[in-house]
Amino acid sequence: MNLLEIENLKVSYGGIQALKGISFTVAPGELVALIGSNGAGKTTTLKTLAGLLHPAAGKIHYNGISLHNIPAHQRVHNGLALVPEGRGIFARLTVAENLLMGAYTRNDATHIGADLDRMYALFPRLNERRTQLAGTLSGGEQQMVAMARALMCRPKLLMLDEPSMGLAPMMVAKIFETIRNISEQGVSILLVEQNAKLALEVAQRGYVLESGLVTLSNSAEDLLGSDEVRRAYLGA
Amino acid sequence: MDIFLQQILNGLVQGSVYALVALGYTMVYGILGLINFAHGEVVMVGAMVALTVSQLLLATGLPPLLVLLIALMVAAAACMVLGYGIERIAYRPLRNAPRLAPLITAIGVSIVLQNLAMIFWGREYHAFPQLLPNGLHTLGGAVINDVQLIIMLVALLMMTGLMLLVHRTRLGRAMRAVAENPSAAMLMGVDINRVISVTFMLGSALAAVAGIMVSANYGIVHYYMGSILGLKAFTAAVLGGIGNLRGAMLGGVLLGLIESLGAGYIGDLSGGFFGSNYQDVFAFFVLIAVLIFRPSGLLGERVAERA
Ligand SMILES: Nc1ncnc2c1ncn2[C@@H]1O[C@H](COP(=O)(O)OP(=O)(O)OP(=O)(O)O)[C@@H](O)[C@H]1O
Ligand SMILES: [Mg+2]
Repeated sequence: MNLLEIENLKVSYGGIQALKGISFTVAPGELVALIGSNGAGKTTTLKTLAGLLHPAAGKIHYNGISLHNIPAHQRVHNGLALVPEGRGIFARLTVAENLLMGAYTRNDATHIGADLDRMYALFPRLNERRTQLAGTLSGGEQQMVAMARALMCRPKLLMLDEPSMGLAPMMVAKIFETIRNISEQGVSILLVEQNAKLALEVAQRGYVLESGLVTLSNSAEDLLGSDEVRRAYLGA
Repeated sequence: MDIFLQQILNGLVQGSVYALVALGYTMVYGILGLINFAHGEVVMVGAMVALTVSQLLLATGLPPLLVLLIALMVAAAACMVLGYGIERIAYRPLRNAPRLAPLITAIGVSIVLQNLAMIFWGREYHAFPQLLPNGLHTLGGAVINDVQLIIMLVALLMMTGLMLLVHRTRLGRAMRAVAENPSAAMLMGVDINRVISVTFMLGSALAAVAGIMVSANYGIVHYYMGSILGLKAFTAAVLGGIGNLRGAMLGGVLLGLIESLGAGYIGDLSGGFFGSNYQDVFAFFVLIAVLIFRPSGLLGERVAERA
């Protein structure tokens, strides 16, 4: 059974239809990439899944339940976590406080402490900066905070919106290595990226979104090799 | 008698009250970007409820200190319900409306509350019963009474408690997170409506305590008392930097001192032309000066961006 199943999802901003009926799935433990150019509807998709936007039509089934009418904050309780575009860190909270916010839905203090230690092991840079205000970190470090924070809720499905945005190549490599790492630990991941090559290299399957419609879907390998994707997204 | 020291003491007492009320303005502003102009009226309702409760209980012959404690708890509870209701009914439906709409609503709520209080408690001044000992103490040439000492002490306790809550607890962390980025807080699983309600309730409880403090200090309660007090506390919040908790406390104490020293010396400074009844003027001079020279307040940052 799939962890996430989306059927004919339609989302509008006022009169503008951003998603015109898309369908896709994520299986447990899978890393799925959602690629597409600017304005294709990638962020809209993730925001709708997180509950920040409400669909005009369509179904979202997650972990065996319909997410219809489940408010955003409740979805986190069900293990659905989003690292939003632009990261959405709390600049005036310390790094440690940001991570604790990630564990807001949990009340198992001892396990939270252990998970904090795991995050600091995963991102040693954050360990040195525990008490620093998150707003004073570099972009890459902020992306680490955002990812570590999302992991603190022990998500079943982690959604990442353009984690490479605005980062230097070294940092992008580091972030993608971590994504692979998280995926290998069994967390399902829905990865949105403009950098199609990078995304398809870590993903098992991918969907191409264009103007609010899914135009291609295949294994990541086949997408990487396909002419359409190469021409449109890989600059080849 | 040392007039200077006396004015400082008076200023600290008054400043403690301003600080407690200013915290309510600043907490709500911090989390919603909204100036809750009805907050002064919550102070008044707190005082009025405490008045009624203590009148009723005193008649039964309970000891005054116990009466005060019960009155305090009932008033705080009543104000929390009121604060919750104000947000629920007047502000929540306007959460995504243009900024002017909730501002006008706030003024409307304030007028409604004043009028309800007038209908319920009447237009006249009420004597607030004396529930605390009123011993006098001399302190280096100045005089302070028990009520004033207790006001400062309780204010200090409440402010310490609030700071601990905001900076050391899960709820406080959530409050700061919602204030900074509501949708990111939602993504952490925070029910932001609940956090906003709690913020209103906390501010309202502080307002109730402040209302009882002024009533006990001056011995008088009136349905209009919240309006000028509210404006001054708002001034204090702006002076400190609205949205900033430390700023509200600093602004409150400073405003109390400025007012008290100003009132103490205005006669001498103006050659007897103005008397100490011009005291209220200072708060508004301060407000104007802050808005001109340092609109973000003493400890505030980039208010213009949010306002
Ligand atoms: N708040 C909004 N109001 C109106 N239209 C919006 C809003 N947000 C997005 N849109 C429109 O919806 C469409 C999809 O936007 P979306 O942000 O989902 O794209 P995206 O695929 O994430 O693009 P990018 O790669 O640039 O982040 C775009 O045409 C965009 O202009
Ligand atoms: Mg986007």
